[in-house]
Amino acid sequence: MARLELNEKEKKMYAEQLSVVLDYVEMLNEVNTDGVEETCQVTGLEDVVRSDKVEECPPDVEEKIIGNFPEKLGNLLKVRAVFSEET
Amino acid sequence: MSSALNKLTIQQAHDGLKKKEFSSVELTKACLARIKKRNSELNAFITVCEELALDEAKKADEMIKKKKPFDGSRSKQKMLLGIPFCVKDAICVAGARSTGAAKILDNYIPPFDATAIKKIREQGAVLLGKNNCDAFGHGPSNENSMYGPVKNPYDLTKVAGGSCGGSAAAVADNMCIFSIAEDTGGSIRQPASFCGVVGLRPSYGRNSRYGIMPMASSLDTVGPMTKTVEDAAILMEIMAGRDERDATTVGDKSIKSVKSIKNLRVGVPREYFESEGMDKEVKKIVEKKIKSVETHRNASIKIIDVSLPMTKYAIPVYYIIVPSEDSSNLGRLDGIRYGVRAEADNLYDVYAKSRAVGFPEEVKRRIMIGTYALSAGYYDAYYRKAQKVRTLIIQDFNRVFEQVDILLTPVSPFPAFGIGEKKDDVLAMYLADVFVGPAAVAGLPAISVPAGKTKAGLPVGLQIIGPRLREDLVLKFASLCEKTK
Repeated sequence: MARLELNEKEKKMYAEQLSVVLDYVEMLNEVNTDGVEETCQVTGLEDVVRSDKVEECPPDVEEKIIGNFPEKLGNLLKVRAVFSEET
Repeated sequence: MSSALNKLTIQQAHDGLKKKEFSSVELTKACLARIKKRNSELNAFITVCEELALDEAKKADEMIKKKKPFDGSRSKQKMLLGIPFCVKDAICVAGARSTGAAKILDNYIPPFDATAIKKIREQGAVLLGKNNCDAFGHGPSNENSMYGPVKNPYDLTKVAGGSCGGSAAAVADNMCIFSIAEDTGGSIRQPASFCGVVGLRPSYGRNSRYGIMPMASSLDTVGPMTKTVEDAAILMEIMAGRDERDATTVGDKSIKSVKSIKNLRVGVPREYFESEGMDKEVKKIVEKKIKSVETHRNASIKIIDVSLPMTKYAIPVYYIIVPSEDSSNLGRLDGIRYGVRAEADNLYDVYAKSRAVGFPEEVKRRIMIGTYALSAGYYDAYYRKAQKVRTLIIQDFNRVFEQVDILLTPVSPFPAFGIGEKKDDVLAMYLADVFVGPAAVAGLPAISVPAGKTKAGLPVGLQIIGPRLREDLVLKFASLCEKTK
């Protein structure tokens, strides 16, 4: 899920480091949180909306976005096939 | 005077430009000369935009000559016209390479300005370049940058702090007039403390984050790093406010509404002084500073001992919530639409290889911790639990702010540490944020102002934490602390 390529040496190193961190955060279990609400955000704002209007992308910005494509064919973004024959 | 132009504050530079004592080109050249002299040693910049800066400075000078940009009330004046600044590399700036200090974005040139930067540039400020930082803001030492660590201008063997080490070093070393940075869990305040400059983390929701490379969306803030508190206030007035592109922004702009801070009740939370690993010299310097504020003649400040018992849980909460949100936010960096794409035969390998070579170790650690903490079966035990403890930390602050108006604490338990000293000890590194984490988790405004120096000459910062959206109080009080000796 993390989509990271790791070699065996890295796997061992991260496994050790992550265990230390996960052991450390265990200390939260000391805290009684029965009946406590979760905090997802701190602003108290609710139902923040904006008008649903399409904004045109200026041509020079469009050009810059396309300029950042790692691989392209004309103005199209080139990517590897999503489906392969084997799967 | 021209040799010292780079040392000016925003207010001083503004006054000088207004009186035509010097031009923006002269001011910009002074900063660029300092960068040229010092950057190879300090490594505070990943990208320097020399040509662009001189071009923008010329335009500013023309405007000063032809129009009257400095007329009218302060809110209408172009306070920043012609003033050179720099920006943390994890904030997007149109036309300037913005890597976030990670190789996966080594070639990325944003087509747009982050809202905060747009507001600064609309004032006519001159962009000098992009500051080095821990990749995507991950870390308190700037050693997680894929472009090398930033060195502390006060001692080249020490870190500049993180994640905004480059911004702090650039301001401290007078390579710029100010820098715009980002604070998720201490990234502005801790390096400000290590480098002896002023750094403000605004209340969550005060400034728009649109255009910053998002780290932990429920904590991220954009704030100023400056030479004086006055300058931080100038920048906050310009950056604050509602932005349609960041739904968490609040409209209220009362940065300077407080008139007097007489008879203020100031809380000193004991947990911040009894922490394990607290450096004795730092403790002494901060206590002395607090004493000097207390005895300040005209203020009638009342110091009150208070307790914030949840303090020690802020870091474990932080290191669940932040990596979780990090892992989700960093999903966008996959080498597909922008950035550096690794060669591979199939799509999955393009993702996995691009991320393997494009991210430093700390970014990978956070992605793995976060993915784990959010996965089915672990979500309740980690993320939800952390969010509940977060509520208790907020309640802790709310309770204390019924007794006092403002809080004073150290910024860091120790002064700048040696480069490489904590690099292999992940937990020790995380614990460096022990005093800056709580205010971040609670979404409160907090500032670091210089409190003094250790015998070895390293700066130590004093942290002032205020109630939510009380930047006015924090800034006004900080300006008093700045003056006391």
